[in-house]
Amino acid sequence: MTDTIIELRNVWKTYPMGEVQVHALRGINLKIKKGEFVAIQGPSGSGKSTAMFMVGCLDVPTKGHVFLDNKDISLLQESDLAQIRGKKIGFIFQRFNLLPTLSAIENVELPMVFQNVLETQRIKKTKSLLKSVGLEERMTHRPTQLSGGEMQRVAIARALTNDPQVLLADEPTGNLDSKTGEEIMRFLHILHKKEKRTIVMVTHDKNIAKQAERQINLKDGQVL
Amino acid sequence: MIKDYFRFAFRSITNRKLRSWLTMIGIFIGIASVVALISIGQGMEDAINEQFESMGSDKVMVMPGGEGGFGFGAFSADPLTENDLKVIEKTKGVDKVAEMFYKNGRVKFKDETKTILVIGLPTDESADVITSMEGFEAEKGRDLKNGDKYKVTIGWRFWNEDIFEKSVNLRNKLEIEGEKFEVVGLVKRIGNPQDDAQIYIPIEVAKELFDDDEISSIFVQVKKGYEPSEIAEEIKEELRDYRDEEEGEESFQVQTFEQLMESVSSILNIVRAVLIGIAGISLVVGGIGIMNTMYTSVLERTKEIGIMKSIGAKNSDILLIFLLESGTYGIVGGVIGIVLGLSMSLGVEKIAAMFLGTDLLRASITLWLVGGALAFSFIIGCISGVFPAKQAAKLKPVDALRYE
Ligand SMILES: Nc1ncnc2c1ncn2[C@@H]1O[C@H](COP(=O)(O)OP(=O)(O)OP(=O)(O)O)[C@@H](O)[C@H]1O
Ligand SMILES: [Mg+2]
Repeated sequence: MTDTIIELRNVWKTYPMGEVQVHALRGINLKIKKGEFVAIQGPSGSGKSTAMFMVGCLDVPTKGHVFLDNKDISLLQESDLAQIRGKKIGFIFQRFNLLPTLSAIENVELPMVFQNVLETQRIKKTKSLLKSVGLEERMTHRPTQLSGGEMQRVAIARALTNDPQVLLADEPTGNLDSKTGEEIMRFLHILHKKEKRTIVMVTHDKNIAKQAERQINLKDGQVL
Repeated sequence: MIKDYFRFAFRSITNRKLRSWLTMIGIFIGIASVVALISIGQGMEDAINEQFESMGSDKVMVMPGGEGGFGFGAFSADPLTENDLKVIEKTKGVDKVAEMFYKNGRVKFKDETKTILVIGLPTDESADVITSMEGFEAEKGRDLKNGDKYKVTIGWRFWNEDIFEKSVNLRNKLEIEGEKFEVVGLVKRIGNPQDDAQIYIPIEVAKELFDDDEISSIFVQVKKGYEPSEIAEEIKEELRDYRDEEEGEESFQVQTFEQLMESVSSILNIVRAVLIGIAGISLVVGGIGIMNTMYTSVLERTKEIGIMKSIGAKNSDILLIFLLESGTYGIVGGVIGIVLGLSMSLGVEKIAAMFLGTDLLRASITLWLVGGALAFSFIIGCISGVFPAKQAAKLKPVDALRYE
C-alpha cells in the first residue's frame, strides 16, 4: 500500500449554479502508484480538470477524501494546500500559463521564490533546467517571444523546479501541432522513465492517452 | 523574496506605462505641494529665527498700549515718556536703555514728495542697542553721531531702487516736514522691503519736528548673567508701580524677543498647518487613483494570480505582491513629487529674492523632509493597495485559473 501516492476515495465535487447543483464529480475512486504514468481520458465536461485540480491541492472535494502521499488533504486550509502545491506538485497546462511580464528564466525561478530559496541556488537550478529542455538560448525571452512548443518546455522546466513527486499535466499537447506535441510527449517519457516521476496527464486525445502506462476513463463525473 | 516582489512590481508598472504615469500624477502633485509648503514654511521659520538670533536674545522691548483682554480692546493709550525710561533704567539687571521714535512724514527730494516712515534714533552711545539689533547700520558714509542735527541716513532702497525718481546719494539734500537734511549715511540692506524704505534722523530733532515727545518703543539691553524673561517681569512690576496700574490692566507691553519669536512662529504654524492640510487633500485623491488602478490590475491579472497560486504562492504572498506594487506607485510618485516640490520651493526662493527683495522666503531642504516624504508616499501607496490586494489574495485558485 505504501507505494500508492495518490488516492481519491468517493470524491464528489458539486458547484452551485443558482437553483441547480452541477455535479462535476460523482463519487470517484482511484489510486495512482508512485512512478506511474497515468492518462485520464474522457469527453469535454466529464470532470477531468476538476479531478486533476483536486489531486493538485488546488481545490478540495465537497464530499469524500483525497490522499496525497498518505496524507488526507481534503480538510486542509488554503495556506497548507499552497505549501503542498509548491513542494510536491508540478503543473503543466494546456495554455502554458506562463507569467507574461516575466522572462523564461524568471518564470522557472518563481516556484522557488515562493519557497524562499536563495537567489544563487535558484539561478543555478533554473539554468540547468532550461538547459535540460533545450532552451539555454532562450532564457531571457518573454513568453510572447517564444513559440508554443518553447513555452510548454519552459512550463515543464517550471513544473520541475521544486523537484515535485507528482507532475500533473492538463492537456499538455492541446494547444500544439502534432509534431510539437510529440516533442513534449518525449520530454514526459524521459521524466517518467529516467527520473521515475509520477505523471498524471489529462487528455481527450486517444493517441496521446495510449502513450501512458494506464488509462482511466471518466464520463459524467464517474470512472468507467 | 521581498526583493523579487519589488522586481515584479516594477515589471508590471513599467509594463503599462501610460496608466502608471496617470496613476502617479495624482500622487506626485500631492507630494510636490506638501513638500514645497513644508520646505518653504521651515525655511521661513529658520530665517525668522536667525533674524531674531542676530538681534540678540539679551534684549527686552517695551511698547505703549495694553494687551487688551476680551472685549476691552486696548486700555487707555497712555504714552511712554522720559520718566518711564528713567524707571526702566533704574530697574535691577538693566544694562542700557534706548528709545526709538517713529512716525510717517512727508519727505521731498528734487520736487518729488512722498510719505516715508521717519525713525528717530538716539545719537549717544545707547544707539547701538537699537542699531545692532535692527541692522540700521551705514554701509557707505557713517551712522548718526552725537551732535548731528539736520543729518539723515537712508534705507537701502533709496540708494538702490527708485523710491524717488532719481536714486539718493551721500551729501544729497532731503526735505523732511519742511526742514532740509543732509544725507550722511547709506544704510545697508535689511532684507525686507518696508524696513529698507525708511530713513533715520536724530531722535531729539524728530520729536521737535513732529512736535511730539511720545516714545514709540524702548529697547532694553539686559546685563550679562541675567535672564531676559525675569528682567522683563521686573520692568513690568516697576512700571506698574510707577504708573499706578493693576496687574493685568497695564497700558504698556513688555516683551522679550523669545516671546516675540514664539508668537510669530505660532501664527506661522497655523498658516502652515492649514496650507498643508489643503495640499493633503490632493494626496487623498492620489491615493484613490492608486486604489482604482490596483483594482483594475487585480481584475486583469486574475489568471496570473491563479497561476502563481498553482505553483505554490500563499495568500500572504499574493497580498504582499500587490501591496508592494501599490507601494511602488507611491514611492515612485513620491520621488518625482519630492524633486518637483523642492524645485518649486527653490524657485519661490529665487523669485522672492529677485522681485520682492526678501530673504525671508527660502527653501529648507533637510534629509528629514526628503526621507519623511518618501516614507509617507510609500505608506499612502500601501494603504491604497490594501483592499485590492486583499481581494486578490482571497481569490480561489481554481476560479482564478479558469478565469479567461
Ligand atoms: N466554477 C464552476 N462553476 C460551475 N460549474 C463548473 C465550475 N467549474 C467546472 N464546472 C463544471 O464542471 C464540469 C466538469 O468540468 P471540467 O473542467 O472538470 O471538465 P473537463 O473534463 O476538464 O472538460 P474539458 O475537456 O473541456 O476541459 C463541467 O460541466 C463544468 O461546466
Ligand atoms: Mg479541462
